[in-house]
Amino acid sequence: MSTKANASVPTIPFGARVSRWFGRNLIRIYAVFGFTYLFIPVMYTFAFSFNDSGKSNLIWKGFTLDNWKNPCGAPEVCSALGNSIKIGLLATTFSTILGTMIAFAIGRYAFKGRSSSNLLIFLPMATPEIVLGASLLSLFLVFHINPGFWPTVIAHIMFCISFVVVTVKARIASLDPRLEQAAMDLYANEIETFRRVTFPLVAPGIAGAALLAFSLSFDDFIITNFNSGTVSTFPKFVYVSAARGIPAQANVIGSAMFILALVIVIAGQIVGRKTKVAK
Amino acid sequence: MSSALSKVKMPYLLLLPGFLFLFTFFILPIANLAQTSTQTPIAGGDTGQYEQTLSFGNYLNAFTENKEQFGRSFVFALLATVLALAIAYPLAYAIAFKAGRLKNILLVLVVAPFFVSFLLRTVAWKQILGEEGFVVPTLRNLGIISQSTTLTSTSFAVVMGMTYNFLPFMTLPLYASLERIDPRTMEASGDLYANGLTTFRKVTLPLSMPGVVAGTLLTFIPAAGDYVNAAILGSPNTKMIGNVIESRYFKIVDYPTAAALSFTLMAAILILVTIYIRKAGTEELV
Repeated sequence: MSTKANASVPTIPFGARVSRWFGRNLIRIYAVFGFTYLFIPVMYTFAFSFNDSGKSNLIWKGFTLDNWKNPCGAPEVCSALGNSIKIGLLATTFSTILGTMIAFAIGRYAFKGRSSSNLLIFLPMATPEIVLGASLLSLFLVFHINPGFWPTVIAHIMFCISFVVVTVKARIASLDPRLEQAAMDLYANEIETFRRVTFPLVAPGIAGAALLAFSLSFDDFIITNFNSGTVSTFPKFVYVSAARGIPAQANVIGSAMFILALVIVIAGQIVGRKTKVAK
Repeated sequence: MSSALSKVKMPYLLLLPGFLFLFTFFILPIANLAQTSTQTPIAGGDTGQYEQTLSFGNYLNAFTENKEQFGRSFVFALLATVLALAIAYPLAYAIAFKAGRLKNILLVLVVAPFFVSFLLRTVAWKQILGEEGFVVPTLRNLGIISQSTTLTSTSFAVVMGMTYNFLPFMTLPLYASLERIDPRTMEASGDLYANGLTTFRKVTLPLSMPGVVAGTLLTFIPAAGDYVNAAILGSPNTKMIGNVIESRYFKIVDYPTAAALSFTLMAAILILVTIYIRKAGTEELV
């Protein structure tokens, strides 16, 4: 390969060719480094889920499958995980319903107050989490509501709504209005058009928004820390045990969530591609 | 007639439940926080008991006592934003224009690390950069850092952790705006004798500005209010304003100061963001 290149372009010196190759592939080389940086902590988390660590998972002590066989082996890790899942499901359900309704209102209707509605949706995303968390806790304290499970659910619904609205709105904006017109032309009334044309077309956007809401809720620490009181969640568990080294079971759960999310995303892409082909 | 009337009412009916919720649990708390921020301790009261005295001096005290942490929050957030932009832009560019058939796979891969819990990732960095990790001994052996230099509990570790953790907020909007660019505009620029750099400067970068603005905002705002990276990867010398608010709330039960600090942080961010959006000349967000 290199001799051929030498024969065909004998005038260009080796150094120049190397630098030209670098110039052309610089962005790819950079991307490889970028992906390496991205995956270092993932690899680390994954590798240390197999560590025969005992109590503190700081130093590599040998390979074991015990942590994967018994992911609830460390005290409190699974109750924290259970709380996170419960809070996540509740927050996802309510924020998806409320957010989708808002998205339809803003995306589908011209009405007075539309731009201030957009502002109200944007503001929670532009407010630092610590301010959201601290202000909500202050309100709960004023009404003598103790922080705990339900205050956390409420907090999560609050910060997820905006992200649902933005995601669903984008999907509504990309709809071809002629599809709905066609349905109307075929004598479907408004409700039928919505049920059989609009909603199925927006549904992937709503599903995406729900996934986003769940992952935001599941991964949230700052707002949760302010409003959950003594209720533990998975991120809180990791934060509290970080000082003395987190148990390997936390790595197992983190790695399993990673794999699960990856499977969902890839499955979603395959389904999306199939429906595109079917069209 | 009734149908026309319901059409007028419809958007408001759709908005009502969600906005009622946001009003109660977003607007009201913020208003209450404003109210808390000017309270002072009740004379002779218990810790945690405050009364409204419209003491705007709280703001001045809170700011002057924590100038250093405020400054650090904004410097760290700015550094993390610039670094994230430097890392994410070429990545997003490579995925949008150079990936070919791998495009969708790479897009999944660029988000995938963030499916691992935020806290776990940060703890992983702490251990990777720690004394038992592989980075420090390697750098020491290569003579890049001295034998006594550590990487954890430093500003470097905090900024690096923030850069890493907020990277998807930068990459995704950048990718979205780069992907929308018609490659023919770049070819046209080349046909008009612009070299690669000029094409980037005059065509690609301006066309991707909405993504740059959205990405930098989505990175800067959470970074400025963050305290988790500073708590896990930093030391008492790298405390950010988030750490101060947190400890005022939970350890000292000093609600007015925490509220005043929260408000100052929010105001500072809003002012910076407004100036930035004006300068960057785009109002299209997310």
